[in-house]
Amino acid sequence: MTDEIIVDVRDAHYAVRGRTIFSGMSLQAMKGQITAVMGPSGTGKTTLLRLITAQIYADSGEVIVFGENVAKLNSHQVFAMRKRTGMLFQDSALLSDMDVFENVAFPLREHTDLSESLIRNLVLTKLNAVGLRGAAELMPEELSGGMARRVALARAVVMDPELLIYDEPFVGLDPIALGVILRLIQQLNQVLGITSIIVSHDVNELSSIAHRSYLMAAGTIVAAGTPKELAGSHSPIVRQFMSGDPDGPSPFHYPAPDLTQQFLAQAGAVQSGGGA
Amino acid sequence: MTVAVVGDGLVLRTLAHVGRIAIFFAEMVVQCGRVLARPNLVINQIFNAGGRSLVIIMLSGLFTGMVLALLGFNLLQRFGSEDALGFAAALALLKELGPVLTGLLFAGRAGTALTSEIGLMRATDQLTAMQMMAVDPLRYVVAPRFLGGLISMPLLTGVYDVVGLFGAHLVGVQMLRVDNGSFWSQMQSAVSLHDVKEGIVKSVVFGFICSLIAVYEGYHSEPTAEGVGLATTRTVVASSVLILLLDYMLTAAFI
Repeated sequence: MTDEIIVDVRDAHYAVRGRTIFSGMSLQAMKGQITAVMGPSGTGKTTLLRLITAQIYADSGEVIVFGENVAKLNSHQVFAMRKRTGMLFQDSALLSDMDVFENVAFPLREHTDLSESLIRNLVLTKLNAVGLRGAAELMPEELSGGMARRVALARAVVMDPELLIYDEPFVGLDPIALGVILRLIQQLNQVLGITSIIVSHDVNELSSIAHRSYLMAAGTIVAAGTPKELAGSHSPIVRQFMSGDPDGPSPFHYPAPDLTQQFLAQAGAVQSGGGA
Repeated sequence: MTVAVVGDGLVLRTLAHVGRIAIFFAEMVVQCGRVLARPNLVINQIFNAGGRSLVIIMLSGLFTGMVLALLGFNLLQRFGSEDALGFAAALALLKELGPVLTGLLFAGRAGTALTSEIGLMRATDQLTAMQMMAVDPLRYVVAPRFLGGLISMPLLTGVYDVVGLFGAHLVGVQMLRVDNGSFWSQMQSAVSLHDVKEGIVKSVVFGFICSLIAVYEGYHSEPTAEGVGLATTRTVVASSVLILLLDYMLTAAFI
């Protein structure tokens, strides 16, 4: 493990239709480490991944990946950067017109001139690693959510990426599938030295494997450190998130008028309507 | 004044939309060259767009030819010219009904399938996943489907015409007892290469328009169930209107 920075987000600002998503977002992912990005739903975690992978660009600030400012890359350079990157999507995003084998083989067929037998060996090896070699001929619609996630993971690593990005990898998984995915992420990091960025709000799962965690709220990073440091933090927002309290700095309710006032106003409107 | 402003807004929006489609087409054309190096992708889409539309095209062609023969016979009989039935049916099918009705059916069957398929791929992040695997969806998804549609449409029109003539022959010769020799000889002597060309040009243009609109709408659909539904509707409406508009313009150009 070295201190080389693979992903460096520096003071990024981003807004969509006047709504601020990021206001001074900064984080770093070090080579060979698992970096966890946590935060309540709707704080822009997936948007952060889209910034890192050059699907969208920051209004200001810099996003540096593999030492390159992604905003300054042309489309060929962006594709070259993505060849070094694997991504696991929240809903797996398997190609629906291909079976499991062809889904995993897809990047190899597109980017290499490997022989059919070599492609077959590679794909079966990756499928075996996720425990789905026997499902190679199934179509995506025949897979459960957990199986689809594992196939997507096999596809994400088939090109041996240097950086692997996971978008909510634990959502909707049963305990067995969750354990398998956790172990696979850890193995990929330890055995292959893949740098990983995991976006999730599953505190316990992430804390067990992450080297460094970031907590996002209100468009910026509100806390950073090792999982142990975050767990021992006295910051109210960190404590609220780590213990799952509904009351605290991060509101559970979307901004709305007082409930009683709203009911009274409605009742008044009905009465005046009936009286007229 | 208000009307002028509203009109200006509409014109600008329409021009902007046409511009976006033109840019999309230009980007796709670049990828079409690369796609031709992998003909299997296109052949699959010719089967999807063309092969799967064959039944509806043949059925429609058959009934259109039968109706043409019935109406044509009644009309021509009044002038004692029922022998010209083959000629009349052939001209109507080759120049007008073949390309137009095939185009409308193509938009309804294959166009909607293309739009909803690509739209669903957008909604389920499949297009984004391809981009993340450094594969351009324009090359892998859009261009093969566009080329498949473009190639399928003239072939389907040919099938429609042939089956339509068979239907006209069935009703005209077998049922209404028009002379078989006259049916074919009148057709042979009166239908020119110019008429055939008109039908081919129309079918190619309609195939281009239908396929382009279908892939554009699918690629730019909102990634929601409602968005895909709206995009599919737009495909049918825009394709149908443009087919009828262009049909008039092409007919005028060929006279």
